[in-house]
Amino acid sequence: MTTYETVFIMNPVLSEDQVKEAVKKFVNHIKANKGKITNEENWGLKKLKYTIQKKKTGFYYLMEFQADGQVINDFEVEFKRDERVIRWQTVKLEKSALAYADRRKKKLSTNAKAE
Amino acid sequence: MGNKTDIKYLSPVDIELKHQNKYCRFKKMGIDYIDYKDPEFLMRFLNEQGKILPRRITGNSLKFQRRLAVSVKRARQIALLPYVADNLK
Repeated sequence: MTTYETVFIMNPVLSEDQVKEAVKKFVNHIKANKGKITNEENWGLKKLKYTIQKKKTGFYYLMEFQADGQVINDFEVEFKRDERVIRWQTVKLEKSALAYADRRKKKLSTNAKAE
Repeated sequence: MGNKTDIKYLSPVDIELKHQNKYCRFKKMGIDYIDYKDPEFLMRFLNEQGKILPRRITGNSLKFQRRLAVSVKRARQIALLPYVADNLK
């Protein structure tokens, strides 16, 4: 079960609950294929550095999960089929990347507690 | 002859060009993973047009320059960094 990290950008015209619903769809897709979600971050509406599909902003969402290799293929197909998502990128996390991700999670959780 | 104000030095002025030896920032700070998700850090290695600076300028070691290039290209993919920019800094 290798760890993957996906960042995807959703269409800015979506309403809040449409964004949540889209995210839930992808989370359920991973869970259905015996994957495990280890971290989720909602970066919210951010300005894109260049226009994608004539849009200047987008809802960013980060998802870190553990799954088998075959799951990723139809996970990507799922993204391709969904029009709400305008850009996505799945990255495999190696040893040093995993250590960095854990440090980042700890840092974010302490910040969240501090606020 | 030179004009009045020309200062004539008897011995050539030795402007010491102390070559400040470059160091690999990642080795020095002990960073082993370059995260593609924070553009501020990556922006330091790009020039105004958003192009990746060469090793001879940044002084990175080969291993980390390649990792840096991979993470910059990933950041560009998800629109955290521009492909072309005119006033990035």
